Amino acid sequence: MALNILVAVKRVPAPGAKIVLTEDAQRIDTKHLGFTVSPHEECAVEEAVQLTGQHGGESTVLTLGPEVAEEQLRTAISMGINHGVLVATDDEEWDAIATAAALTDAITTLEAERGAFDLILFGNESADAGNYQVGVRVAHALDRPVVSGIKDIEVTGDGVTMKRAVDDGFEVMQLPLPAVAAVKEGINLPRYPAMRGRLIAKKAQIRHITPEQRQGGLSRVRLRHPQQDQTETQILGTGAEAAPAVARIFEEVGLL
Amino acid sequence: MSDLPDRAHVVVIGAGIVGNCIVGHLADKGWKEIVLVDKGPLPDPGGSTGHASNFIFPVDHGKEIAMLTLDSQRQYEAMGIQVSPGGIEVARTEERMEELRRRMASAKAWGVESELISNERIKELVPFVNTDILLGGFWTPSVSVVDSLQAGTIMRQKAIDASALTVSANTEVEDLEVEDGRIKAVVTDRGRIECEYVIVACGVWSPKIAAMAGATIPLTPAVHQMIDVGPIPALEETRAEIAFPIVRDMDTNMYERQNGGDMEVGSYAHRPILHMPEDIPSIEEAQLSPTQLPLSQEDFDPQMEDALELMPDLLDTPGAGVKHGIDGLLSLTPDGGPILGETIEVKGLWSAAAVWIKEGPGVGRMIAEWMTDGEPEIDPHGADIARFTPHQRTWKHIRARTSEGFNKTYGIVHPREQWESDRDQRHSTFHPRTKALGAVYFEAGTWERPQWYESNAPLVEEFGVADREHEWDRRWWSPIINAEHLAMRERAAMIDLTAFSIYEVKGAGACEYLQRMVVANVDRPIGRIMYTPVLTHKGGFRSDLTVVRLGWDHYRIITGGGDWGRDLKWFTDHLPSDGSAFLYDVTNAWCTAGVWGPRARDIVQSVTEHDLSNEAFPFGQAQQVEVNGIPTLMLRISYVGDLGWEIHAPMEHGLKLWDTLWEAGQPHGMIAAGGGVYGTTGRIEKGYRLMGAELESEYNPVEAGLAFPKVKAADFNGKENYLKARESEPIAKMCSLTVEDHTSKAGIKRFMNGGEPILTTDGQRIADAHGRPSFVTTAGSGPSVGKHILLAYLPTEHAEEGNELLVEYMNEHYPVVVRSNTRNGIFDPDDTRMKA
Ligand SMILES: Cc1cc2nc3c(=O)[nH]c(=O)nc-3n(C[C@H](O)[C@H](O)[C@H](O)COP(=O)(O)OP(=O)(O)OC[C@H]3O[C@@H](n4cnc5c(N)ncnc54)[C@H](O)[C@@H]3O)c2cc1C
Repeated sequence: MALNILVAVKRVPAPGAKIVLTEDAQRIDTKHLGFTVSPHEECAVEEAVQLTGQHGGESTVLTLGPEVAEEQLRTAISMGINHGVLVATDDEEWDAIATAAALTDAITTLEAERGAFDLILFGNESADAGNYQVGVRVAHALDRPVVSGIKDIEVTGDGVTMKRAVDDGFEVMQLPLPAVAAVKEGINLPRYPAMRGRLIAKKAQIRHITPEQRQGGLSRVRLRHPQQDQTETQILGTGAEAAPAVARIFEEVGLL
Repeated sequence: MSDLPDRAHVVVIGAGIVGNCIVGHLADKGWKEIVLVDKGPLPDPGGSTGHASNFIFPVDHGKEIAMLTLDSQRQYEAMGIQVSPGGIEVARTEERMEELRRRMASAKAWGVESELISNERIKELVPFVNTDILLGGFWTPSVSVVDSLQAGTIMRQKAIDASALTVSANTEVEDLEVEDGRIKAVVTDRGRIECEYVIVACGVWSPKIAAMAGATIPLTPAVHQMIDVGPIPALEETRAEIAFPIVRDMDTNMYERQNGGDMEVGSYAHRPILHMPEDIPSIEEAQLSPTQLPLSQEDFDPQMEDALELMPDLLDTPGAGVKHGIDGLLSLTPDGGPILGETIEVKGLWSAAAVWIKEGPGVGRMIAEWMTDGEPEIDPHGADIARFTPHQRTWKHIRARTSEGFNKTYGIVHPREQWESDRDQRHSTFHPRTKALGAVYFEAGTWERPQWYESNAPLVEEFGVADREHEWDRRWWSPIINAEHLAMRERAAMIDLTAFSIYEVKGAGACEYLQRMVVANVDRPIGRIMYTPVLTHKGGFRSDLTVVRLGWDHYRIITGGGDWGRDLKWFTDHLPSDGSAFLYDVTNAWCTAGVWGPRARDIVQSVTEHDLSNEAFPFGQAQQVEVNGIPTLMLRISYVGDLGWEIHAPMEHGLKLWDTLWEAGQPHGMIAAGGGVYGTTGRIEKGYRLMGAELESEYNPVEAGLAFPKVKAADFNGKENYLKARESEPIAKMCSLTVEDHTSKAGIKRFMNGGEPILTTDGQRIADAHGRPSFVTTAGSGPSVGKHILLAYLPTEHAEEGNELLVEYMNEHYPVVVRSNTRNGIFDPDDTRMKA
C-alpha cells in the first residue's frame, strides 16, 4: 500500500566544543554556527524516504520555526522527501505544549486537504531542548497510538510493526495505522543529501502555515552551562617509550 | 613539546604551512633560538592549512609567483610528500581557449611542461568529464597534490634536529611589545618571550596580530567554498588518495579534485564573502575549526548545477551526496599578491601572510634568505609588504579590491587590466584639465594617471595609425597612444607625471649617504642629474631612479609611482644612525609636467626669461626656473627620447603651470600625451628599462646594459658584485627585438603584450647558464620605427644584433630580430634629439 508519511523536524544550532550564550543568557549565540536537525530527526527523514521508496506514496517534512528553517526543510527534500511545510514562528523558542498544539493544528489542516498521514515520525528528542514530549503530545491530540525510542519500522498489510531497543533486546510492538512514532538514531544510516537532490530542493515550493500561538506551560529563566568536571590530560610519553606507562595504567584500571 | 622560554632570537607566530616552512629554512640558514608558537594543537592548529585541498598548479602568468611555486614543488618533492596526478584546465568558451593558449606561453616561459589537449584526450585522462560542453583543455602533468600538514611536521623536525627550535602549541599570542620602533617581546597566555625578531605567519589572523604592534598587514579573511561529495565507488576503486587528474573548470570558477572515495568541489564563483580577523571564532567556539565556517548553502547552490553538468554521472552516483561543506577561510589582498617582508611600521616585525600551500616552502626559503642575507634569491618585488600606500592599507580599499579580485581567481585577466573599484582616490593637481581633455586614466601607485586622451582621436587619422585587429591585443589600448607618440616626435607633447614618487635627502652626511646607496657618483656639482641603478647587496637591481643635487647637503630622489613604498623603506632603512642625513617624502608636495618634442624648447622658452639654450641649460642638468611666476625645478632629461624637460612645481601652482604651458604650446601644435607614450612607446623605442619589468634583483647592471663606464671610488651597496660582474662578458644581455611578421595562422595581425617566451628558430625554449628564461619583459609599439618592439634578456650567444629568433604568442610563433643589445634603443641611438 502506498504510504503518506509526515516527518517533523526542528532547526537547531550545530555548536562547537564550547557553547556560547548570548549576553542575556536567553539563547545560544549562533554567530559562528551552522544549523541542523537532531541525529534522530535525520534518521526519521531517512526512514520516511526508505518507507515511501519501498511502499510507494509520498512524504512531507514539517517544521515549526523561523523563516530560515526552510533550510532544514530543503535539506530533507534533497534527501528525498517530497514536500516541505513551514509553520512559521517569530524567532522565539516555543515550549513543548505550544509547539505540539501548533503542529497538531498544521497536521489537521494538511490532512483535511490531502487525507490522513499513515505515519507521523518524530525524532526521539530535539537536539537542544530535549523535552521528549512533542511527539507524544501531538499523538495524544490527534488521538493516535504513539511509541518512542523506535529502532525499526516495518509496515505490514494492516498496520505497522515497530521495535524499541531495551537492555537485552527489542520490544516489538504492533500498531494500527495511522500511528505516530519517535525514532532513535541507529534505526538507519541517513544518506547524504545528493547534489541533484539539492537542485530539486532549491526549486521546491515550501508551504507556509501561520500558526496560532497557544499558551505554553514553561517560561525560560535563563540558560546556564552545567558544572563541568575539570579534566586533565597527561602525556605519558611518545612512541615506544610510552609503552610501560600505558601498561601500568591498564593494570590500574584492571584491563590487564 | 618544550616549555616556553622567556627569550628567543626570533619568534614565529603561526604553525600553518608558512610558519613551519620558515622555521625549517631559518634553521637551515643557521638561525638558533627560534620559537614557534600557535594557539592551536599540532599538527593541525585550526588554520587554513588544515583544510586546504592541497593541490598545486604551477603555471602562473606572473614570474615571481611561478618561481615561488616551482621552488615549492621541488621542496615538497624532496620531502617525499608530493604526488603528481596532473591537472587539466578545461575550457567551455572560445575566450577561455584563447586564455589557455596564452597559458601555454607562460608555461613555456617558466619551463613547465604543458600541452593543449582535445576533448578526446580529456576523456582519456578523466573519463567521467562531460566533454560535450568543452572545447579543449590545458594539461599539465606536473600538477601535484601535497601533504601540507606532514610538510609542516618535517620542517619543524628539521629545525628541532638542528637544536634551533622550541615549539609551543596551544599558546596564544595576546600582545606584542615594541620599544623605540623595534619589536621587543611577544606576550602569550603562557608567558612572555623577549626577542629580536617576530614573524607573523598567522594567515587570516595576521592583520589582528600585526595591529598588536601598531603595524598593518593589508589582507582580509575571505570565504572559499568547498564541498565533499561521496561515497563514489568509481573513485574508491582506485584505492588512492588521488588517481585522476585535477580538473579546473575555469569558466565556472570551480575545481574538482579526487580525495580518496570522494570528490572535492571548490568554488570561487560565489559572491565575495569577507570577514574581519577579530570575528573569526576561537577553536572552542567553532563548529569545525576556526577557518571552516558553516557552508552558506544558497551561495553554493548555483555551483552545484555547474559541477553536475561537468561530471554528471560521477557526482550523481546513487548513494553519493554532500558529506560536508565549508565556508573555508583564506587570505585575500588588494592586488592578489602575498604580503612578505619587514613591516614598514616596526623594525624586526616581519610579515609572511597571504601565502597559499603552493607557495609555502618557497616563501619559507624566501623569508629566511631575506632575513639572513638582506635579500632573497627570487625578487620579492610583487610580494613586498612595503609596496602598499597608506590608502591601500585602508579597509575600504582592501574590501573593494578583494571583492573585485575574488571572482577573477580563475579569471582571464588582461596584462593591462585596470581595477574598477575604489578609483579616483588620488588626483594630480592637473586632473581637472586632463579630465576635460578626455583622459582615459590608468592607476599608477594609486594615482589616476592619463593613459591617453580621447580628445586626441583626430590624430589617429592625421598620422594614419592602424588599429589592432584582435580584441585581446586592443584591450586596454588605443591607437590614440601611437598617434600621440607621433605628434610628440613631430611637434611636442605635455605629459602629467605627478604620480612620480619624490623624496628629498638633507644633512651634512647626505652626499656620503647617497654615495653608499647608489651606483652613480653623486658627489657632482649642484644641478647635476644622476640616473642610476640602486643595487642589492648581491649586485642585482633593487631600484633605478634619478637623483638631483639641489645643494651641497641637499638631494632630490625621483622614482616610479608604483615604487613609492618599497624605495622609501629601502632608503629610510639605510639612513645613517648618527642623524647626519635625513630623508623625507615630498611626493604629495610636487606636481610634475613633462614637455618633450622638437618644439619643446620654443614652447617653454616662451613662458620664461630663463635661458633654455643648449649651452645655458645642457642635457643632464637641473635648474631652478621661474615660469610665469611659478618657482619650478626643471630637469633636462627624457624617458621618451626627445628634447624637453621634466618640470616640477609646488602642487598648489599646478593648474597655473598646466595652463601656462598649454597655452604656450598651442601655436606649436603641442598635445597632451598619456602614460601609453611615456611608459611604453616612447620608452621602448629608446630601449629604456623599467623597474619591475626589465630590472629585477636577478639581473645586474652589466646584463641590463646599465653599467657606467667608470666606477666611483666610494663604496656602495652591491659594489663588490658589481665589480665582479664587470670583469667578464655577461651571460645574458637585455635586448631590443622587433617583430618581423605579425600574421597569425588565421590571417590576422597579432600584437604581443609582454610575458611571452622567446624561442630559437626551431621553437626551443631559451634560458641562460643560470637557468633564467628569455621572455618578453615589455612589449609595445614603436610608432616612429614602424615596428612592434619587444624587450627581453637573451643569453649572450643569442644576443647578437641581427640574430633571428621567434616569439610565442597564443600558441603560435612569430619571427623576431635582435636590433640592439645595449642601452641604446632602436630610435635615435645617438640621442641627438634629446641633446639638441
Ligand atoms: C577550502 C580551501 C581550499 C584550499 N585549497 C588550496 C589548495 O588546493 N592549494 C593551495 O595552494 N592553497 C589552498 N588553499 C589556501 C591555503 O589553505 C592557505 O593559503 C594556507 O593554508 C595559508 O597558510 P598559513 O600558514 O599562512 O596560514 P594558517 O594555516 O591559517 O596558519 C596560521 C596559524 O596562525 C595561528 N594563529 C593565529 N592567531 C594566533 C595567535 N594569536 N597566537 C598564536 N597563533 C595564532 C593559527 O592558529 C594558525 O594555525 C585553500 C584554502 C581553502 C579555504
